[in-house]
Amino acid sequence: MNKILMAAIALVVGAGAGFVVGKGEKEVVEVEKVAEKSASSTMDAVKAKGHVQCGVSQGLPGFSNADDAGNWTGIDVDVCRGIAAAVFGDSSKVKYTPLSSKQRFTALASGEIDVLSRNTTWTMTRDTQLGLNFAGVNYYDGQGFLVPKSLGVKSALEMDGANVCSQTGTTTELNVTDFFRENGMKFNLVAFEEADAVVAAYDAGRCDVYTTDRSGLAAQRTKLTNPDEHMVLPEIISKEPLGPVVRQGDDQWFNIVRWTLRAMINAEEMGITSGNAKSKANDNNPAIKRLLGTEGKFGEELGLSNDWAMNIISQVGNYGESYEAHVGPNTPLKLARGVNELWSKGGILYAAPIR
Amino acid sequence: MTQKFQQDVFVRTVEADTLPPPAKETGVMGWLWRNLFSSMMNYSSFGLSFKSLLMALFTALFFYIGFTQIVFLIDFIFVSAVWSDPTGIKREACWTVTQGGALPDGWHAACWPFIFAKLKFVIYGPYPIDELWRVNLTGIFGLVGLLWVLLSFLPYRKQVGIAMLTVYPVIAFMLLTGGAGKIDLLSSSSMILISLSLITIGRLSKRGFLGIILQEFANIIGFLGWALISYEVLMLLLSIDFGLEPVGTGDWGGLLITLVVAITGIVVSLPVGILLALGRRSDMPVARLLCTVFIEFWRGVPLISVLFMASVMIPLFLPEGVNFDKLVRALIGVMLFSAAYMAEVVRGGLQAMDKGQYEAAEAMGLTYWQSMRLIILPQALTHVIPGIVNTFIGLFKDTTLVSIIGLFDLLGAGKSAIADASWSSPVQAITIYLFVALIFFAFCFGMSRYSIYMENKLSKSRSH
Repeated sequence: MNKILMAAIALVVGAGAGFVVGKGEKEVVEVEKVAEKSASSTMDAVKAKGHVQCGVSQGLPGFSNADDAGNWTGIDVDVCRGIAAAVFGDSSKVKYTPLSSKQRFTALASGEIDVLSRNTTWTMTRDTQLGLNFAGVNYYDGQGFLVPKSLGVKSALEMDGANVCSQTGTTTELNVTDFFRENGMKFNLVAFEEADAVVAAYDAGRCDVYTTDRSGLAAQRTKLTNPDEHMVLPEIISKEPLGPVVRQGDDQWFNIVRWTLRAMINAEEMGITSGNAKSKANDNNPAIKRLLGTEGKFGEELGLSNDWAMNIISQVGNYGESYEAHVGPNTPLKLARGVNELWSKGGILYAAPIR
Repeated sequence: MTQKFQQDVFVRTVEADTLPPPAKETGVMGWLWRNLFSSMMNYSSFGLSFKSLLMALFTALFFYIGFTQIVFLIDFIFVSAVWSDPTGIKREACWTVTQGGALPDGWHAACWPFIFAKLKFVIYGPYPIDELWRVNLTGIFGLVGLLWVLLSFLPYRKQVGIAMLTVYPVIAFMLLTGGAGKIDLLSSSSMILISLSLITIGRLSKRGFLGIILQEFANIIGFLGWALISYEVLMLLLSIDFGLEPVGTGDWGGLLITLVVAITGIVVSLPVGILLALGRRSDMPVARLLCTVFIEFWRGVPLISVLFMASVMIPLFLPEGVNFDKLVRALIGVMLFSAAYMAEVVRGGLQAMDKGQYEAAEAMGLTYWQSMRLIILPQALTHVIPGIVNTFIGLFKDTTLVSIIGLFDLLGAGKSAIADASWSSPVQAITIYLFVALIFFAFCFGMSRYSIYMENKLSKSRSH
C-alpha cells in the first residue's frame, strides 16, 4: 500500500518536474532568440520595448542634466529625443540611463542602452578598437584655459611656471601636459577628483589657470565669486568632437542615429523650425519636401515612416533651436556658436544632403 | 593683685544652622569651577602654574574655535541664507552684486531655494510625479511599522515585526514597481502541485510510512515544499495587476534608492550574518569551510570593486540583450558584503560568551538550535550591539558608493542637481552637500541613539 502511494507521488512529482524543466528550456531558447535578434537589429528590439534607451551623462550643464522636475534636458538629450521622434513619432518615448565616463562603453556594448549620447569625444581608438561607431558630431568642443584678468596674460604661451587646476583621470590632464611640453614651459598640475573642487580651488586662488573643455569652462565660470574678473584665453589645445555612439555591426540603427542628427542640421540650413515645419511641408523647394517626407520615400529606406524628419523637427526642433535652448548665448552657459555654426555661416557644420 | 578670669561655659543645645556651601561650589559658579577653572587655578608651584596656564590657553582656544564655527554655521544656514525666490529668477536669487544679483559682495551662505526646487529630485529621483504617492505611502507604512516595533510600550510588537518582515516587503515592492509581474500560470500551478506533494511526502515520511531513510530527511523535504509553495504564492501575489503604472528601477533615485539599498542590506545582513557566524564556529567541516571562505572573500574585496564587478563585468558575460536590473545587482552585492561583515561582528559576540553557557545549555538537553535561540544568541547579540549598529551605520553611509555604477542615490542625485546651470552660483555645491550631510546625519544619529537606548535597556545587569 505504502509503496503504491509512494510510486504514485513520485510519478506526479516526476511528471511535474519534467514539465517545468521542459518549460524552462523553452524559455532559455526564447531568451537566446531575443539576444540574437538584438544583435542583428537594434531597431526591432527598440520597437518591441516601446522606447529608446539612451545613455546620458550624470549631469553636464547644457548637454544632459535633469531640470527641477527631474526631466532630462540638453543638446545630447535632444539627439535621443530626435531618435525617438524618428522611430516612434513621439519624442517622449525615451528612457535615460545616466552613466559615468567609466561605464559608458560597457553599457553600450552590453546592450543596456541603444545609443550613447553623452558628450563622448570621437577618437580613433574608440572608433576602431571598442566595437563602436560614432554616428556624427553634435558639438565641436576643444580644451581651453580660464585665467583671472588680474594675471595680465593675453595668451596661454605666457604661462610659464603656472599652477594649473584640472580634473583627474580625464584627457584634459594629458592634453595640458602635452601643450606645456611642446612649448617648453614649466607648469605645476593641481588636480582634483570633482569638478566642483577644481572650481573652488581656482576661485580661492590656489592656481593661476583652470583648464577643461571650453563648454565646461563656460558652465563652471558661473560658479565663481566674480565671473567678470576671469577670461577664457584664445588658445584651444585639443580637438574634442562630441557625438552620439552606437554599437558596431548594426548599419540600420547606425543610419537612423546618423540621419537623425543630419536631419536636424539640414533643417536649420533650410530654415525649418519646430514652429513652421508643418506649413513648410508643401514648400516649393524640393529639398525641403524631401526632408519633410512630402516627396520621395526617404524614411522608408531607413526603415521608418516617411514623416520621420517632420516628427524630429516639429517635436524637438532643428539643431540651431536645440543649441539656443540649451547652450546658446541666452542660456547660463552663454556659448557663442563659433565652429558649431553652419558651414554657410562660417562654421564647420555640414550635413550631407537628403536626396 | 589678682585678676579674676571669668570663664563662661557655653553648652549648645540647638544644632547650629548649616552654612550654605561656599559660593564657588554651587550654581553657575560651582559648575564653572568644577568643569572649567579647577584645572587652571593652581599656582602653588612652578610646574603646576605652568600646567594651569597651559590649560587656560587650551580652554580659551577651544572656546574661540568652537564659538566661531558655531556662529559661522548658524549664520551660513539660517541668518544670511537666502530662503525664498519669489520672482522665480533661480540662480540670480543667490548672486552677489558683482555676479549680477542683488546680494552684497562677499555674501557667502546657503541658497535654500535651490534645494526647494531640487527637493523632489533629491528625494525621489526621476520617479514620475503623478506616482509619488506610492513612494510616500510605502514610506509611511514603513515608518509606522518601524516605530511600532522599536517603541517598547506598544502592544502586538511581535506580530507587527513579523508583518514588517513578510507582508511589508511585498507591499513595498508592489507599490514601488507597480506589481503586475509576468507569470506563467501553467508552470506556477505545476510548481504548486509539486510543492504540495513534497509537503505530503514530508508529512508521510515523518510518520515513518515511507521507510526509515526518508524519515531522516522528512524535515528537509517538508521545508523544501513549504519554501517552494511560498515562493510561488509570492510570485502569484506580485503578478496581481492593481492597475498601477509600472515604474522601472531606472526611474528610482535620491533618498528612495539610498533607503532601499540601506534597509535591504540591513534587514538581510543580520540573519544571514548570524547564520554565517554560527557556520564558521560549527563542528561540521564543510559548513565551516564554506562559511569561512565566503566571509574571508567578501571581507577581502572593497565594496567599490564588488559594485564595479556587478555593474561592469556581469553584463559582459551575459549574452547581448539579456540584462537584469542594475539595482538588483547592486542590492545583491551590498547584501553579500554586509552579511560577511555582520558575521564577524556576531562571531565576536559568540566568542565572548563564557563556555559554561554552552555547556549549561547542552546539560539541559537543549538541541543545538534551541540552545542558540534561547541561551547563546540573546546574550551574544546583546554584547555586540555597538558593533552591529556600527556595521549598520557604515552600510548606510556606504550606499553612496552605488552612484559610481550609475544609480542616483541621495549623494548622486545631489551631485547631478549641481549640474543644472540654471541654478549655478558659488554656493550651489556647498548648499546641496550641506543638505545631504544633514539628512545622513539625521539617520545615522538616530540609529546611534537607538542603539544606546537598547544597550541600556538590555544590559542593565552588566552596565558599569
